[in-house]
Amino acid sequence: MEHNIILRVVTRLLVSPIMLFALYVQFHGDYGPGGGFQAGVIFGAAFILYGLLFGVARVQGVAPPPVVRTLAAAGVLIYAGVGVASLLLGGNYLDYDVLADDPVAGQHLGILLIELGVGVTVASTMIMLFYAFGTRD
Amino acid sequence: MVLMVFLAVMAVAIARQRNLFAAVMLTGIFSLLSAAVFVVLDAVDVAFTEAAVGAGITTVLMLATLGRTASRQREDHRPPVAALVVSVACGALLLYATTGLPPMGEPQAPAMQHVAPRYIQESPREVGVPNMVTSVLASYRGYDTLGEVTVIFTAGIGVLSLIGVARRRGTRR
Repeated sequence: MEHNIILRVVTRLLVSPIMLFALYVQFHGDYGPGGGFQAGVIFGAAFILYGLLFGVARVQGVAPPPVVRTLAAAGVLIYAGVGVASLLLGGNYLDYDVLADDPVAGQHLGILLIELGVGVTVASTMIMLFYAFGTRD
Repeated sequence: MVLMVFLAVMAVAIARQRNLFAAVMLTGIFSLLSAAVFVVLDAVDVAFTEAAVGAGITTVLMLATLGRTASRQREDHRPPVAALVVSVACGALLLYATTGLPPMGEPQAPAMQHVAPRYIQESPREVGVPNMVTSVLASYRGYDTLGEVTVIFTAGIGVLSLIGVARRRGTRR
């Protein structure tokens, strides 16, 4: 696959739109289909596509494995942290009403943050799995 | 209905396929077809997930795995009687169970009576997010989604510890 010029050129062109689309899916999930899971998978797919064509080493230059591992844990912590924050602000666990002055604004903020956590964890787990399976000895 | 026929054809093709590379590509097509079925059933969010995860990532990860192993299945000439009996029995049981289900979209069905009316009537006021699937997943069912994220994280850590440990031992020898 690494010598196929059509795949290489098309991949170069497509990787950034794929990432942009992932961000759109991530932050537009409140209004249309989509959300953290789908966005994370699409974002991870951009890295994996690039890695398949240009080698895992070049992807690892952009996203070093320790950073990816840390991000995978950070996503879960963001999600759980939102719950703790709502506890500290006097609500129930993961009750976003108390995150802002207005309950609806609080819900929006809470959903945005936890979807971000989901997206970060899913994307980095996908990249992590690709590193585990894709690197040959 | 046409999509269901396609799905059945694809399932048989996957089962008969000896070349694992082709089988992986066929499972990708199978996922894409089931995503189309979900679109027909108006479950756009589920279809999106199925297309991204089933047809996209899973296929790529399977291919990456095949790159490390052999790409042909070992020949096995014994007729798979036991497997056939189990899968036919399971399929027949599931088909029998569908006769007990309420018709699709039936408003009197138990699933529509419990919490769904509250979600549909109150979520625009309480959460204010136009996509109700998001408001149910992220807000009303926040605990469940937290659990799902933890499951994904744990699965990733598990794979990493299994494969990572094996590789480290390999290089030491």
